[in-house]
This record gives sequence, C-alpha cells and structure tokens, in this order.
Amino acid sequence: MAVPSIKLDTAETLIAAYPTPTGAKWADATRKNALARLREMGAPNKRDEYWKYTDPSALTAVPAATAALFENDERPMFDAIDRLRVVFVDGVYDPAQSDDLSGENVVIETLSDAFSKDIHWAKDLFGALETDGQNPVQRPLATLNTAVADQGLVIHATGKVNRPIAIRYVHSSQSSDAMVHHVIKVEEGADITFLESGPGAARFNSVVEVDIADNGGFHHVRTQGRDHERKTVTHMFARLGRESTFKSFTMTVNGVLTRNDTVIELTGDDAHATVGGASAGDGKGFHHDDTVFITHDAVNCESRQVFKKVLRNGATGVFQGKILVKADAQKTDGYQISQGLMLDDDSNFLAKPELEIYADDVACSHGSTVGAIDDDTLFYLTSRGIPRSQAQDMLVLAFLGEAIEEIEDEALAADILDRMDAWMKRRQG
Amino acid sequence: MLEIKNLQVDLEEEEKTILKGVDLTIGEGEVHAIMGPNGSGKSTTSYVLSGKDGYEVTGGSATLYGEDLLEMEPEERAAAGLFLAFQYPVEIPGVGNMTFLRTAVNAQRKARGEEELSAGDFLKLVREKAKALKIDADMLKRPVNVGFSGGEKKRNEILQMAMLEPKMCVLDETDSGLDVDAMKLVAEGVNALRDGKRSFLVITHYQRLLDHIKPDVVHIMADGKIVKSGGPELALEVENNGYADILAEVA
Repeated sequence: MAVPSIKLDTAETLIAAYPTPTGAKWADATRKNALARLREMGAPNKRDEYWKYTDPSALTAVPAATAALFENDERPMFDAIDRLRVVFVDGVYDPAQSDDLSGENVVIETLSDAFSKDIHWAKDLFGALETDGQNPVQRPLATLNTAVADQGLVIHATGKVNRPIAIRYVHSSQSSDAMVHHVIKVEEGADITFLESGPGAARFNSVVEVDIADNGGFHHVRTQGRDHERKTVTHMFARLGRESTFKSFTMTVNGVLTRNDTVIELTGDDAHATVGGASAGDGKGFHHDDTVFITHDAVNCESRQVFKKVLRNGATGVFQGKILVKADAQKTDGYQISQGLMLDDDSNFLAKPELEIYADDVACSHGSTVGAIDDDTLFYLTSRGIPRSQAQDMLVLAFLGEAIEEIEDEALAADILDRMDAWMKRRQG
Repeated sequence: MLEIKNLQVDLEEEEKTILKGVDLTIGEGEVHAIMGPNGSGKSTTSYVLSGKDGYEVTGGSATLYGEDLLEMEPEERAAAGLFLAFQYPVEIPGVGNMTFLRTAVNAQRKARGEEELSAGDFLKLVREKAKALKIDADMLKRPVNVGFSGGEKKRNEILQMAMLEPKMCVLDETDSGLDVDAMKLVAEGVNALRDGKRSFLVITHYQRLLDHIKPDVVHIMADGKIVKSGGPELALEVENNGYADILAEVA
C-alpha cells in the first residue's frame, strides 16, 4: 500500500514551482542530486522536530505570499564603511548598482558565471557543505536552494581581504520569491568580512557555504531588513580548519517570519566559532527563529552562541541551539546563552538548548533565561531623573548590547547598536 | 525645604501599615538624621519620598519647596530636586557609568527647561567631581556598579549626587557595609555638598556616620512614627544606651 505523504506532495509542488536546473555544467550533478535528496526528505513540516516552534508553511507555500514593499527611511546599512558593494534585487544580481567584482586577495564571480564554466574549484564546495549539514538534522529548504538557485556569489579569498564584501538585498517586487546561494572559500591564512543587509524579496531563501582553511578568518554581519511582511529562511554552513576563526552576527527587527539556520563543523584543532544574534519584535506578526548546530570534531576548539531577543505585543522568539561534541573532540570549550526579554505579558520565547557530549574532557555550558525588565533597576534609573520610557530603552539596549558585543569590528557593532536604538525610539509613545 | 505631614503608608502587597503618621520638616541647608531600630520605617520613608512602587500612601502629604512629591513620577521628583542615595545601589550590566550619569544629568536639565550639557563640559565636570571622591577613569567607564566594591558603590552614589546637584538629599544607610576609611571618604563627599542651601536627611543605624556628617537635628523613629527629636546628643545617647530607654520613655 502506498504511504500517503503530504510531505512528498509539498516537495513536488515546491520543485515544480522553480525552473528545472539545467546547463550548470560542473554543478548539474550536484543540483540533480539535491532534487533527489529533497524528494527523499520531503518539504519541512510543522510536525518535524526542528520545526516544532516555527510553522514552515509560509516558506513552502506555492506560490509564495506577496509582501508589501517597505519604505525604509534609514540610511542603508554599512554605507559608512569602505566596502565592495554588491546589490541583488529580488534575489537577482544587479551589476548596474554593484561595484566591480574585484579586489585585492579575492576573486569574486556570480554563481551563474561560475556555472557557465566547464570546470570550477567550487565544484568541491557547492552543495557539499549543505549536504554534510543535513546530518543529523535535515534542512530541506537548503537542499531546495542548492537544487534551483542560480543567483549568488562565488568568493575565493586568497589572503587578507581589506574591503568587506557587502551585499545589499533589495526587495522591489511584492511577489518576489528569491533563492540566493553563496559559496565562499577562505584559503590558509586568508581573512574576509562578509556583510549582508536587506530583506531580499517577499520570500527569501539563502544559503551560504563557507569553507575556512587553517588559520583562516571569516567575519559575517547581517541585518535582515525591516519589511513587516517578508518571509526569510537563511542557512549558513561553515567548516572550520585548524586555528581558524568564524564569527557571525545577525540583527533582525520586524519581519513576519525569519528562520536562521547556522550549521558549523569544527574540523581542525584550536578553531573558534561564534554565532550571535540580536532581534527585536513587536506584534503578533513577528516570529523569529535562530536554529544553531555546532559540531566539535577536533581538539581544543571553542564555540560561542549568544542570542538575545526583545519581544512585545505578542511577538514570538525561538532559539534551538545544539552543541555536539564528538568523542575525539577533547578540550572543547562550548558556550551557549539565549535570553528573551519580554516587554509585556503577551509575547513568547521558546528555547531548546541541547548538549550532546561524547568526549570526557570538555567544558560546555548553556543557559537560557526569559524575563522582564527588572523593577528595581528601572526605579534606580528613574530616581536619577531619567524618564521611564527612556530608562526602559537603555535597559533593552544594554540587554541586546551583550550580544552585539560579539561583533569584533567596533564600527560595525556601533552601527548595529544605533539601529537598535532607532528601533526603540520609533516605538516610544 | 522638605515638609512631611502626618504621612501614612501601607505596603501594597499585604495589608500592613508601615508609616503611621510621620511628621518631619527639614529647612533649607539643614542636616537631619533619622535613627531607629530595624523595621521602624526609616527606609520606607526614603522610598516613599522618591516614588518607589509597592507602597500606598493612605494619608498625609510630602512637599519639596511646596511641590507635592507624592503626585509625581520618580523622574519628576528627581528633576524637582530630590535625590536618594541607595542603601543597595543597583548593578546595571551593559549601561556604562558615564553614559548613565550623562543621561541622568541631561534628562533633569531638560525636564527643568535648561540646556543640556555638551559632551565636553560634562566630561570636565565629571572628572573634577570624580577626582574628589577618588573615583578613577576605569570606574567611570565600567557598567554602573558592576563589579564595584561596597565602598565604590557608595562613592558612586555620592558622585551622582554631586553631578545632579539636588536640593534635598536622602541618604539611606549610606554607611552600611563601609569600613572607616570608606565612610570618611563618603562623608567628605557629602560635606563638600553642604552649601547652606542644600538639605540632607541621613538615615543610619549608627552614630559613627554622624561624627563625620554633623546633623542639626536627630530624630528617633519607631513603629512608623518619629517618637523623639533632639540635637546631636540624641545620637550619642542611642550609641551608649540603645533604643530601649528612649522607647520606654516615650511609650
């Protein structure tokens, strides 16, 4: 008897909604393989363990729901720093608005240009880290992305890259449904900063695969755009070599649905990974999910997860963070903190911290808290003459600041803090 | 001047009367001390004056230079010139001490319709005042009270007082948890602010603080009322004989 499968049907419907991938030469096999994998795993479903707190139906619906365009009056993110600017409009690379894709110690191509080559170094990476990242937790929307995306950047950092690569994702069509896939290779001793900002599209699905060789460094700061109706799912797959560094930070304000998946594998000794996030949500229409999976598979590696969410008026924040320490990963130092600050009684913070440890000489700690603003602290500030709403904002910012501190670059951190401050001020009555 | 008349206060959460008719008038430039056994209502008086939640005023009044304190929000009371030095200053991770001070100073100036201090002027002022209290640059940079010792916290309270230049300072057991040297430093900070106009209400268990901050009037509080008032010699009497004699005498 055939097993009735809603999942399978959804996967087929999803696949049918995007152009069949052809003509990608070296990537064809990978993309066909991704289609087959997606068919096997099915589309995500809210009965799946890792979608328990976040209903993926808006991410799998065909066609994607439209999202009203949002008039953002803030100056564009990262515009004050010297950077290599790359613009994608509704998920499509826009050369007219972008700088020349060239820089010192870095080779940058668009994914579609890379696809048109007969052979390419990215063959070993494209879809490979995504495939690795499917075990033990499946991420079908990343697989869909590998199968159908032909937009994105392929970046090869061969040394210290002085100018950050800053991608701006512009949302310009109410019905855009975008897939963007970046492949980044950081060579031994190389170092690169990768910035992303903007909503991207009405529905936006991104995958970043980053392979960091020994002593390499990868710094990532992302802001996800203030469009209220956007739906976003992102995936970051990182593999870290010996003594390499990976740091990623995401700021999210507004947005009806955001799911940020980060999958990190520490494969070389003495590597360091930090993943952080600060998000602020106002209203029942805000649902924000950070799902992190860090695998320690080498000796003496350190990982940090620092997530802070400020929620009000029925907003929902989700954190699912796991540290897996394999048997040979001795001297692992794993740290995880997730905190929800509720500004009223109507909001939700759902946290699932997980530790799975097979090595016997490790230090892993995790904490998850949810709370309101402390009355005594608020009284202390107001008793000094600071108006209550301003005092509350100071405390919210201080709370988020502990996550923002994880950003290494002070100018970037200050910019993020300013945006959060502005978010707070817009909400003062 | 501060005028408290027949102030009666209940705890909001439970049916318990804490203040049972407090009368107290502190004139311009005067220093008054309140002493009294635990649970007599000393700290409650300071909280009710500064507007802490959790207390219900059931009768009486409290005015500062004629302004009704009890009708105001805590920040309005501060802008009107009231300052409470906390017995237990709150630690605020993530908020820099300097940012906090500057925000407070400028919020009060704004509330009073005065011009805000520029960053440069503020910095100059805070450095000067901090120096007198032996507060170093590091303490100014650190988050408010985080990792401060007991003495540092109290000195930080006095620094805030010096920066905010209130008309009426209430010190709630500022001597608690201080060694002799730290207490001297705090007392010097307070004395430096005595200018003949600014008034002080010093709440303390012990006479020793009053050796350094000389009061004009000493009040003994018991069971939610001021039961006896007198000169500095009253504090000495408490120090030598405890409260029992005084309480027996007024009972």
